[in-house]
Amino acid sequence: MSSSSSTYLVAHELSYAYPRRGKGAVVPAVSDVSLAVARGSFTGLLGPNGCGKTTLLKLMAGVLRPVSGSVTLEGRSLADMPRRAAARHMAVVPQDTHPAFDYTALEIVLMGRHPHLHPTQLEGPGDLAIAHQSLESTGTLHLAHRPFTSLSGGERQRVVIASALAQQPDVLLLDEPTASLDLGYQLEVAALLRRLSREHDVTMVMATHDLNLAASMCDTLALLRDGRLVRHGATAQVLTSDNVRRLYDVDADVQFHQSAGHLTVTPVRRVG
Amino acid sequence: MDATTHTALAPLAGSGRPIRSRLVLTIAGFGTLAIVTCVVAPLLGSSSINLRRALDASIPFATNVDAQILFIARLPRVLAGALVGAALASAGVVFQALLRNPLATPFTLGVSAGASLGAMLVIILGGTLAVGPWSSVPAASLAGAGLAAAIVYALANGPRRVMSTTVLLLAGVTLNAFFSALIVFVQYLADFAEVARAARWLMGDLDVGGFRPILAALPLVAAAAAIFVRLPAALNLMGVDTDSASARGVDVVATQRWAFFSASLATSGAVALAGPIGFIGIVVPHLVRLLVGSDHRIVLPASALFGATFLVACDLLARTLLAPVEIPVGIVTAIIGGPFFLWLLVREG
Repeated sequence: MSSSSSTYLVAHELSYAYPRRGKGAVVPAVSDVSLAVARGSFTGLLGPNGCGKTTLLKLMAGVLRPVSGSVTLEGRSLADMPRRAAARHMAVVPQDTHPAFDYTALEIVLMGRHPHLHPTQLEGPGDLAIAHQSLESTGTLHLAHRPFTSLSGGERQRVVIASALAQQPDVLLLDEPTASLDLGYQLEVAALLRRLSREHDVTMVMATHDLNLAASMCDTLALLRDGRLVRHGATAQVLTSDNVRRLYDVDADVQFHQSAGHLTVTPVRRVG
Repeated sequence: MDATTHTALAPLAGSGRPIRSRLVLTIAGFGTLAIVTCVVAPLLGSSSINLRRALDASIPFATNVDAQILFIARLPRVLAGALVGAALASAGVVFQALLRNPLATPFTLGVSAGASLGAMLVIILGGTLAVGPWSSVPAASLAGAGLAAAIVYALANGPRRVMSTTVLLLAGVTLNAFFSALIVFVQYLADFAEVARAARWLMGDLDVGGFRPILAALPLVAAAAAIFVRLPAALNLMGVDTDSASARGVDVVATQRWAFFSASLATSGAVALAGPIGFIGIVVPHLVRLLVGSDHRIVLPASALFGATFLVACDLLARTLLAPVEIPVGIVTAIIGGPFFLWLLVREG
């Protein structure tokens, strides 16, 4: 895992523990994780519930500060970068978005421009054009003036991705972007992400529970268990029945699916 | 659905228009309304006044009844209404954004209960607390408000940690109940005349008795407003999702602290001046959002201006509805605000 010249986003021996109120005790969430993400790659973070996927994403996004270790972006330490500067390179797509107020889709997307503006600066025609472009490339331009809360799950997630695109990032960090979507929307969002990755050369890091989705989209997989990185490498090498058992305590059948064109995972039984 | 459908519903919203022109339009619209209200309101009342005579400098003030009514009875009341209305409505917007809860009010976190307890103690136990331009009751209510805010802040806050809005809400609600119990206890110990005076204060009233109390409250509200100006963009992002806001470069912890501090300051100043006038802080932001949408950069200034308009108008009703009897404006806002609040609950629940 030496950092090659194409390496873009790197986690160096990251550890994080959530503080517990009152007692001073801590719950370790990520322990000593090192991970180098190559520019333009599509990396999947896999692991059981509570393995630290979301925490690792938040650490890489700079939302959480590591207890020890560091994150570098193009060789610069994230801790030394102003938040806004980091946000001009990295955007986060959460699993669900529940705004407390009735923003329109366009308003949500325009908020992606925040790191490019001064705190009291209003967005101008240039920002509006970028927002329109982002809505267009996610197929949501016709929803621009609809209240976000009135949209379907798939439409919402596409608007949230549009909002992340309006940030004009080099890296998208996605936390189970398809988890709350039905099969049709899952494929739709997956196709969108694949296209963005290829056409816009956006580096993707995606936490997911969906092994088949990961197999279809990711060229690299990182496997996490109990906050530790247990495997990291090319999807074809890492996605094996041995590793699925190691991760989830589940016997699974992993095969190449001809018509889908990627590995597929069929869980068979729980072991242990 | 295209843009025109929604802009037709909300004439000022027009989210198709660039933010700059929406902001200018909104401030011009609500600003005009506020100015007209503040100019007209002093001219109306239980006794009609002759404006030409009131402004006639050749008549000595001591014998000019019209001028006395205008400058002593009505003008301070209108200005106090504008200041308190603007402060409570904008503090409502900021508290709602901070708590990510559109049903929050400036009084949700116990600031007004603290202020009320302070005022009760002075009214009932007596003693003088006058500090600088502040007379005893406002000074005590200010101290109580500060104490309540400090307690809630300490409970919900840790070092460099995002405030827990759940803890904030629970602490606020509990503190409200606890301080209310103390208020009742203090009243139980008092005689009837004191209790009547205390109850009157708790209703909220703009009969502040001159310009001096307004000038005393003004710096607090002005300081809060100076902080408010820098908050709306960050509040917008935090209203979507606090983690996403943080990922976009918003310093969530700092924004929460400034929001809590400034909104508490504005609320304290308003309550010290006029007592706890209810419902402004929730009715006004909601009406404004119906008209202009949810962008805090527009909602915040619009609410401040409309809050001033709304409270001055309510006070005009309070002065004239049962004339010559003047009812405390808090009763009017509660009678309008109570049913409105229920309607909101049903609508949003």
